[in-house]
Amino acid sequence: MGLDSRKMAFWAFIGSECLLFGSLISTYLVYKGRSLTGPFPHEILNIPFTSFSTFDLLMSSLAMVLALAAVQRGDMKQGKLWLLVTALLGLVFLGGQFWEFSHFVHEGLGLTTNLFGSTFYVLTGTHGAHVTVGVIWLLTLWVQALRGKLGPANAMTVEITGLYWHFVDVVWIVIFTVVYLIQ
Amino acid sequence: MKSWLTTTDHKRIGLLYFWTAFGFFLVGGLEALIIRAQLARPDGGLGVSAETFNQLFTMHGTTMVFLALMPLSAAFFNFIIPLQIGARDVAFPRLNAFSYWVFLLGGLFLNASFIAGPLFGADRLSVAPDAGWFGYANLTSRQFSPGPNVDFWLLGLQILGIASLAAGFNFIVTILNMRAPGMRMLRLPPFTWMTLITQFLVITAFPVITVALVLLMFDRFFGTHFFVPQGGGDPILWQHLFWMFGHPEVYILILPAMGIISEVLPTFSKKPLFGYTVVVYSGVVIAFLGWSVWSHHMFSTGLGPIADSVFAGTTMLIAIPTGVKIFNWIGTLWGGQIRFTTSLLFAVGFIAMFIIGGLSGVSHAAAPSDLQQTDTYYVVAHIHYVLFGGTILGLFAGMYYWWPKMTGRMLSEPLGKVHFWLTMIGMNLAFFPMHFSGLLGMPRRIYTYSSDLGVTGFNLASTIGAFLIGLATLVFFWSLLRTRWQPMTAPSNPWGGATLEWAIPSPPPVYNFTVIPTVESRMPLWHTERHAPMPALPERPPAPIHVPGGSWWPMITAIGLPILAIAAISRTLPLVFVGAAVVIVGIYRWAYEPFEM
Repeated sequence: MGLDSRKMAFWAFIGSECLLFGSLISTYLVYKGRSLTGPFPHEILNIPFTSFSTFDLLMSSLAMVLALAAVQRGDMKQGKLWLLVTALLGLVFLGGQFWEFSHFVHEGLGLTTNLFGSTFYVLTGTHGAHVTVGVIWLLTLWVQALRGKLGPANAMTVEITGLYWHFVDVVWIVIFTVVYLIQ
Repeated sequence: MKSWLTTTDHKRIGLLYFWTAFGFFLVGGLEALIIRAQLARPDGGLGVSAETFNQLFTMHGTTMVFLALMPLSAAFFNFIIPLQIGARDVAFPRLNAFSYWVFLLGGLFLNASFIAGPLFGADRLSVAPDAGWFGYANLTSRQFSPGPNVDFWLLGLQILGIASLAAGFNFIVTILNMRAPGMRMLRLPPFTWMTLITQFLVITAFPVITVALVLLMFDRFFGTHFFVPQGGGDPILWQHLFWMFGHPEVYILILPAMGIISEVLPTFSKKPLFGYTVVVYSGVVIAFLGWSVWSHHMFSTGLGPIADSVFAGTTMLIAIPTGVKIFNWIGTLWGGQIRFTTSLLFAVGFIAMFIIGGLSGVSHAAAPSDLQQTDTYYVVAHIHYVLFGGTILGLFAGMYYWWPKMTGRMLSEPLGKVHFWLTMIGMNLAFFPMHFSGLLGMPRRIYTYSSDLGVTGFNLASTIGAFLIGLATLVFFWSLLRTRWQPMTAPSNPWGGATLEWAIPSPPPVYNFTVIPTVESRMPLWHTERHAPMPALPERPPAPIHVPGGSWWPMITAIGLPILAIAAISRTLPLVFVGAAVVIVGIYRWAYEPFEM
């Protein structure tokens, strides 16, 4: 049949994930402005810093596209490079999130401080967990490539990794818009 | 033994699902019988305490929905779907095994709460979940439910959700991608179609309850206030999230049964399903509408007149595609050469009982009358007419229909008729009087009632009916067991069915089809106006067939999940690492083990 089974399963998985993030984002929106105590979003969110993180994640999607293209045409040297770059850009994003979280905690916004803290940490934390899984996945592929076990024959595996990575990226665009830009 | 632990054969996994789910069905039934024995007389017939009673109705609902009805449907998905579409297995055999093991372990974890009390320093043996199967906030908050009871519930359901999601992706891909040549979408057997629709509901509804459970977990374990009013949280949000899952879940439970009887009725009337395409599209419409009605569970929370009207309207709309299906089933029987086998009796019973459940459903779709019915036994009557009178009767029809295919042995027809009539009389005696006790004001989920309420007679009737159902189930259980000592003599097509599963021996060989058939009509084995029956398949495979070997890793990966749950419930950090390590190692070994499809 036409579409590879693993790819179709992955599209179904992404559909399912949309509902997962949709529920979390809805929860965030429902509780927006209902915190009983501060810190409130406008006091603490750092848009320039997070814009940099967003740019970083967008560039990682570009690197992912280049990695897939390289693997598909059998250029494993470039393939290895871009897989690693994608994973490293993902790590930079995670580092940024770690810094952001610890900064917020320092400013007095803990998980249980108010509804903003709870909804913010659970939503962005779930996204961060997805990025973490993606980074581990990319590094696994990179190690496979180093051992010479990843070639054009596995292009579908890289393509599916890419699907996941782009999806996680798109979710971040929505979160960045809803949480940071539209306060 | 090893071959069953490592099996990736969809037929074996189907049988594992069947026996496990049937075991849980008996457990859930036992809980119901204790509830009914307690309510047989006013002021508590059995002396069950309020705490135990709360645990019993919570576990009865949770067990029946998640551990009995869904997995009994899954038993048929597993065994029958690949056969109906002409495939050698599902798209992802190991993922299928993983789903089964996660389901089994999740069910055991949930039920372990019945004996886990001493481990948590409780003064009683059982710390089973006790906040109701829909676990309303803020009954579930740490403040009002300090013990581990609700933790068992929210962790157990998260584990079971993983099993359902994995199976959902697997069967969507299997049905769309593994069809035999010529098996176009509108040639799929109706059971396969309803399964496909069900799986789309599963993969969209389960993430929502997962989020609800995760938020509840944060409230209970880490002190957030998602559903705690003192911190600004809104308990009604739980209801929205739960029912956004919960209403599609209703169709997850009923659509497979509708699919089963859409197979049984044509076979035993010797007529094609009347209005096949309309039945299929009605199923799709039901699934879409099923996503737009969740707030009808919440009229009594005061949503306001606009929301009430909209949700009442969408709910009543569902009666249209459902009614269409009912007329199609009756149209299938009309003028047919009907054979009153046990399977057909259950299918006809499904239609009759489901109409009653559907009508009481429409009566609480109307918001004003719903306010009168909310939280009374009238709702209990409704849910049991649709889930017992609907889903379970449909599943029984499927069991009598497909048992010969699954085991190679015929079920006894005389015992089957005893089973059917006891079930029908029992269920109507048990559930019909609940309409009256409910409208007279008997609230659900109370462990005693006063004789002044005037519902004593109705309750006694319900109890007698429940025990008749119990007796009927024992007859059925005996009927299943005794087939084990019979020789495997079932013919390949004992009922004269039209679909591909009847083209191969009973039970099917491990490779299913000696040659993958080419399909030219909706009823490949029947002589229709335009098509001759499909030629018989060769008895032996003309070329060697590769059958995927077993794998340990799905089961090992699955074992990591209850370890994580035990770590959470016992607050043992090192166990978290053990569980995570088991899952991660399992996934890596799974991904990189040689497994030829």
